[in-house]
Amino acid sequence: MNWRGASRDSNGRDSRSGVTEPLSDHQSGLDDRTSGWFRRGMAGIASVPAVILMVSFIGFGVLCRESGLSLGQSVFMTAMVWALPSQVVLVGAVSAGTPLVLTAIAVALSAVRLTPMVAAWVPLVRSQHTRRYQLLLLSHFVAITAWIFAMMRLPDVPRRHRVRYFAGFAVTLFACNIAITAASFSLASEMPVVLVAALFFLTPIYFLTAMSAAARLPAEVYALVIGLVADPVLFAYAIPLDIVWAGLVGGSLAYLFGRLRRRGARS
Amino acid sequence: MTLTFTSLTAWWWPYLFIILAGTLATDVWRWVGVLAGDRLRDDSEAILWVRAVATALIAAVIGKMIVFPSGSAATIPLFLRILAAGGGWLAFMALRKNVIAGVVAAELILVGGALLIAP
Repeated sequence: MNWRGASRDSNGRDSRSGVTEPLSDHQSGLDDRTSGWFRRGMAGIASVPAVILMVSFIGFGVLCRESGLSLGQSVFMTAMVWALPSQVVLVGAVSAGTPLVLTAIAVALSAVRLTPMVAAWVPLVRSQHTRRYQLLLLSHFVAITAWIFAMMRLPDVPRRHRVRYFAGFAVTLFACNIAITAASFSLASEMPVVLVAALFFLTPIYFLTAMSAAARLPAEVYALVIGLVADPVLFAYAIPLDIVWAGLVGGSLAYLFGRLRRRGARS
Repeated sequence: MTLTFTSLTAWWWPYLFIILAGTLATDVWRWVGVLAGDRLRDDSEAILWVRAVATALIAAVIGKMIVFPSGSAATIPLFLRILAAGGGWLAFMALRKNVIAGVVAAELILVGGALLIAP
C-alpha cells in the first residue's frame, strides 16, 4: 500500500509522481451523490484519447478483413484481448501462419507493459471497499487509452466513486470499439479500394506516431527504428517467424545499445 | 506438431487460439499488475529489456504493414506508402509530437498520391 506522505496540491489532487491520497475519502463532502458517477464516466467517450482510439479501431476492423479473419473472430479478438498493439501483433502472427506457442510469446511480449500500467492504476482507482476480485475483473479493461484517461481524470473524482466512474468510461469505450470493429469489418467490402487502403494505413501510422511520442528511453527509440527496418528485411529474405525475430533480437540489441549508452554517459 | 490458426478445421479452433495466444497472453500481465499493486519497480533492468522487446515487436508489425501490407493497401505503390509514413512522421514531429497531425498528413499523402497515380 502506498502511504508515503502525500504531496497534493491545493486542490487536493495527487501529484503526478505516483503518490496517492489516503484510501478513505474525507474531503468529498461537496460530492456525496452516489448515482451518476457511472454515467459521468461514460461521458468520457467524448475525450481526445477515446476518439483517437475509436478511429484506430476502424483501421483494425479493416486490417482483420484484409488479413483473412472472419467477422466473429475479429469481434471476439477485440473483446477478449482489448489491447490494440497486442491485437495487431496477434493478427500479424495469425496471418503469417505463426505456431500457437510462438504467437502467444509474441503477444505476451507486446503486452508486458500492461503490468506496470495496472500496478500504477490500482492504488489510484481503489477505495477501502474495493475487493481484489473487482480489480481483477476490471483490469481487463485497462489498456493504453483507459489508462491515460484514468491517470488524467481519477484524481478529481472522489475516491469511493472511482471504481464506478472508471467502469463507466472503460466499459463504454470497450462496447463502442467492439461495435466499430464489427461495422468497419462489414463495410470494408463495400468501400472503394483507396478508402480501404487509407483505413488500413491508420493502424501503422497511429502506432508509429503514438509510439514515437511514448518512447522516452534511448533503448525504446532504437527498438522502434530496428524493428521497423529489420522486419521487412527479414521478410524479404523469406526468413520464417520474421516478426518474432525482429522483436526479440532487435529489441535485445536495442536494449544493449541503450545500456552501452548509459554506461558511456556515466564514465 | 506445430499448431497454427488454421491447423484445425473445427469452427471453435480459431476462437480457442485467440483465447490462448491473445487473452491469456495479455490478461496474465494485468492480473500480475493487480497483485503487484504499487510494489513494482518500473526501472529494473528486466523491465527495460521487456520494454525494448515490446517496442521492437510492435515496430516490426508496423514495418511489415507499411512495406508488405496484405489486401487493398498492396495496390498502392511502395514508394507512396513509405512517403506517406515518412511525411506523417515528419508532420507529427514538426507539430510538437501531435499524433492527429501525423495521421492526417500521412493519409492525405497516401490518398492524394493514389488518386493522382490512378484516378
